Amino acid sequence: MKTKSAWTRKDLLDLESLTREELELVLATADSFKEVIGRTVKKVPTLRGKTIVNLFYEPSTRTRISFEVAAKRLSADVINIATEASSVRKGETLIDTGRNIEALKVDIVVVRHNCSGAAAILARHLRASVINAGDGWHEHPTQALLDMFTLKEKLGRLEGIRVSIVGDIAHSRVARSNIWGLTKMGAAVTVCAPPLLVPPAIERTGVRVTHSIDEALAGADAINVLRMQFERDTGDAFPQQLEYFKTYGITRERLEKAKKDILVMHPGPINRGIEMASDVADGPNSVILEQVTNGIAVRMAVLFLVAQANEYIHNKSEPKK
Amino acid sequence: MKEKAKILDAEALGRTLKRMAHEIIEHNKGTQDLVIVGVRTRGAHLAQRLAGLIAEISGAAPPVGILDITLYRDDLSSIAQQPVVHKTEINFDIEDKKVVLVDDVLYTGRTVRAALDEIIDFGRPQFIQLAVLVDRGHRELPIRADYVGKNIPTSTKETVEVRLAESEGIDEVVVLEKA
Repeated sequence: MKTKSAWTRKDLLDLESLTREELELVLATADSFKEVIGRTVKKVPTLRGKTIVNLFYEPSTRTRISFEVAAKRLSADVINIATEASSVRKGETLIDTGRNIEALKVDIVVVRHNCSGAAAILARHLRASVINAGDGWHEHPTQALLDMFTLKEKLGRLEGIRVSIVGDIAHSRVARSNIWGLTKMGAAVTVCAPPLLVPPAIERTGVRVTHSIDEALAGADAINVLRMQFERDTGDAFPQQLEYFKTYGITRERLEKAKKDILVMHPGPINRGIEMASDVADGPNSVILEQVTNGIAVRMAVLFLVAQANEYIHNKSEPKK
Repeated sequence: MKEKAKILDAEALGRTLKRMAHEIIEHNKGTQDLVIVGVRTRGAHLAQRLAGLIAEISGAAPPVGILDITLYRDDLSSIAQQPVVHKTEINFDIEDKKVVLVDDVLYTGRTVRAALDEIIDFGRPQFIQLAVLVDRGHRELPIRADYVGKNIPTSTKETVEVRLAESEGIDEVVVLEKA
């Protein structure tokens, strides 16, 4: 019971570098925050006086709002910067933008960027904590954490469960973070995609690869369906939308052959009729909206843990009774 | 830390809690609208025991809630030393109730301040009273207890440790001193 808090990181940049104990700590902390967001007064004073900046170089609605709600439930002040309307358009570099934000005495920067590694670069240059809200094709750690939280809440454990991730694995930071996180927790992960959308040597991360959707569904405890990011298509890798739905789309007929209580997940936004049929998205197996709620609890936990670690690193103050 | 003195053994601790239970009933003229809320971890155990004793004496068991005050503390950096944030469990309406807040040791008063803020976020009780097993002095806030198990004058170099069967496997209160 009197174990020391295992979280000593100033930033959350990826799940690849986290230990299993750290993942467990985030999930346990998020569980306590889920109680907070169920109260009548859904707010605690923990981060009062702290300022959090959401710095988004890519459009995002749900992740940004989720971080904003999480920060407000912790009583922090939130500033949103969408780069289309900022001096980034005038040619300011990422590091300069970061330093300027820090000069405003900001405590945590939540960053989304289209370049892999952007959050890590920012973290190296700032004293403030940096949370990666998605960097290029690299990682989206809080999305994977909320997926894992939802799985654990529904299935009672992560060890030994079977999760299939379906969709554009090659371009998906959500897939990558989920693979790192889930395999560390002892889950068996299968990825399923058209051959050109599976990155080479992905098996080395410990996942099974299949190109058949029925194989991905068979025996799985949960299926995490990714959005087809047609806006990222740089060549000929992407199939036609209708063809993708025919070959890989999750339909009720396909689901009937899977486990009866298989969990259907999606990080959103859903392309109905492309990666998933409408009656599946709204069906009894879907936990998609619960994922959104859990996202707040998980992000509160992450904000809390990095703020606490940062304060500790910079003050090294003696604990008081 | 070396053990300097044993203040209460199991038997004395049991008697003390029984007396406190009687005082709570007497002071509130019964158990009408009474609820007991303990501060994690040992305050929660003590709250359970007090509620059990009150039930034995009066025949009515008051509801028991558990408060985790981590998120209401005023020292973010030193909670880095703390274990995982646990849940607050108050599964009843505290509106218009008589709340008895329970903790093991009353020291600076900061924990109680945090606990008061948290309780008030759950609703507006009739009043809140404070019950502590040990009051060791050195208050940093204008807070006092309504029910005290034992007053133990201490120096700031000392620590009072309450050990309970539920968490430590033994019932006792000891004073420790920095070696």
